[in-house]
Amino acid sequence: MRLKHFLNLEWKQFFRSASFNKSIGLKILMIFFALYFMVSFLAMGLALYPGLKKAFPDKDPFLIVNGFMFFYILGDMLMRFFLQKLPVMSVKPLLTLPVKRNKVVHYVLRKSGFSFFNFLPLFAFVPFSIMLLFNGYPKLSVLFWFLGIIVVTLIINFLNFIIESFSSERELSYLPIIVFAGSLFALNHFNIVSFTNLVSNAFMGIYNNPIYIVIPIAILIGLYIINFKMLKSKLYLDSSLKSKVSEVNASSMEWTKRFGDIAPFMQLDLKLIWRNKRPRSSMFLLILGLLYGLVFYPNPQFADSPMIFGFVGIFVTGIFLINFGQFIPAWDSGYYKMLMSQNIKYEQYLKSKYTLMILSVIIMFVLSIPYVYFGWKILAAHFAAAIYNIGVNSYVIMYGGSFNRKKIDLNQRAAFNYQGTGAVQWIIGIPLMLLPAAIFGITAYFISFEIGLLALALLGITGILLHQKLIKFITQKYLDSKYKMIDAFSQDS
Amino acid sequence: MIHTKDLTKAYNGTTVLKIDELNIPKGQSFGLVGNNGAGKTTYFSLLLDLIKPSTGNITNNAIVVDESEDWKPFTSAFIDESFLIGYLTPEEYFYFIGELRGQNKADVDNVISQFEDFFHGEILGQKKYLRDLSKGNQKKAGIVAALIGNPEVIILDEPFANLDPTTQIRLKGIIKDLAEKKGVTVLVSSHDLLHVTDVCERIVVLEKGEVIKDLETNAATLKELEAHFSGTEMV
Repeated sequence: MRLKHFLNLEWKQFFRSASFNKSIGLKILMIFFALYFMVSFLAMGLALYPGLKKAFPDKDPFLIVNGFMFFYILGDMLMRFFLQKLPVMSVKPLLTLPVKRNKVVHYVLRKSGFSFFNFLPLFAFVPFSIMLLFNGYPKLSVLFWFLGIIVVTLIINFLNFIIESFSSERELSYLPIIVFAGSLFALNHFNIVSFTNLVSNAFMGIYNNPIYIVIPIAILIGLYIINFKMLKSKLYLDSSLKSKVSEVNASSMEWTKRFGDIAPFMQLDLKLIWRNKRPRSSMFLLILGLLYGLVFYPNPQFADSPMIFGFVGIFVTGIFLINFGQFIPAWDSGYYKMLMSQNIKYEQYLKSKYTLMILSVIIMFVLSIPYVYFGWKILAAHFAAAIYNIGVNSYVIMYGGSFNRKKIDLNQRAAFNYQGTGAVQWIIGIPLMLLPAAIFGITAYFISFEIGLLALALLGITGILLHQKLIKFITQKYLDSKYKMIDAFSQDS
Repeated sequence: MIHTKDLTKAYNGTTVLKIDELNIPKGQSFGLVGNNGAGKTTYFSLLLDLIKPSTGNITNNAIVVDESEDWKPFTSAFIDESFLIGYLTPEEYFYFIGELRGQNKADVDNVISQFEDFFHGEILGQKKYLRDLSKGNQKKAGIVAALIGNPEVIILDEPFANLDPTTQIRLKGIIKDLAEKKGVTVLVSSHDLLHVTDVCERIVVLEKGEVIKDLETNAATLKELEAHFSGTEMV
């Protein structure tokens, strides 16, 4: 088993996966982002030296850059945690073949070294180093300093996998990294431990005395060995075969009975949300959404900008609606075939989802009442936005769901998990948030704030009045695309 | 009970199923056998209106299945694990199915209690989610769920696969009992010739999407089927 066999396998896995053709839109988006970052890093690398020289003529740009290295490392770590994943390889079929386990692990780890995230810094630091050379800095020192950057980048790379492997098993998995990075930042900010100086001195040390490069290299080797041991211990079948069996805490949810004939579906939906990793972690997004207003409202710059009120209002009261709603009916994709062969009324199925979304809007509105502290206008805007969410957005998102063709694996985490996200979900986000913000913003700007509120609320009320008709229409859409959905959901991504 | 007329299903011009006429009377235990790709699951999927026929149709109790949904109240099925809801416990799943089929808790409990020996103490009261059960136990739960709500037509795809010998024998008893005593039409597919000949009054052999044998089960049927399948293998 040689390296080329591994590469060959992965190549086929990538191009032959069922979702390859379907998710091409998403891939283009990713490539676009990658290009964007590459270009901006390149521009930064080119402009850094002359820019700093100009802004701080009496300081050495090289020293300033070293002073910022701590923040760069912190930022890189956070970004990687959310975006970079350890390269996955389906090892199960390999275990019984004559391949050494060590080889598989080495391969996976080495491959991670070729991640996009490790090349990205080069775009900035290569031109910067060249600039340094042009400006007469000693060649050997700059070379080793640059080498130091590469080694540190790889250290972050492997450190990230260790952090991830510790946090991936837990709920709220992003808390540890945020606490870790936050406390480092705080210690530094309040001058308790000056990491800024520490890191800066370390890089200067390598620059002045290239022999010190062995220290980061030793750390790198250490981290590699830790990663190696961790991965190898996971390479036995019983750890992946024996899935964790969780005890059930069943509750009868009698209170849903008052919703009448949609009760069984509501119970199912609530269990769906609470018992599966992915929808459950989108529940935690609710807290984030609720705090979203704090980004804007305390800022006097936005105090008189009704467009922002409308936008934040829609976002805060509708975050669950958008998060949960955009994956109707993909949440049920795992057993969609069964539902379709059962004696169910599609209308009840959709009404249950609708009721959940409405309840969430009302709850989010109530929770957002404290924002009245920043002015009654905000409360009024949130109220109008809530009505709009109930009367318009809920239907729009369910209608969008009838175009949903992507299966969801319920056990995946949510943050930056784009499984089940198709081009439709990206497009549907625009009318959901921007349209009401625009309607409100324009009427409020040209006529008056009150008329803006009225416009949003009236649209919402119209939707509520047309409830029966709209639900019928949407139900028909779902029925029309039944076979296509069954077919799409039964395919493994 | 079930009439199939001029039914074909084609994907991209390749016909995978072509049945000119097939009638299954009420209360018959009907077995479908054939090699991989013969069209067994395709036929069952058409019967449940999970895929659309290219031509023709299937009528279930005088209801055309791809035109009306009125066949659903008296038809139930277990095709594969995708019929289970992984994050429910077996009990919750049974009650959910029961509610969809208009049964209250007591009705469901009544049905389940008849199958306690079938479950072998590994399904009920385990405080486990369906996704955490073994393949065989998942299958047991799915099969029993298909019996809830007094269906008149029951469709089971490969019910014997993955089951342990004891359960296989019990399941055979259950299926026979349903067809003989309760007048339920049971459709079963299997790769195991011995099991189908044991259970089914009638066996249809599919090959490349077409019916090539239609047999009343008798003492010689198993021999005939074995001869047929070993014969086709040699060609």
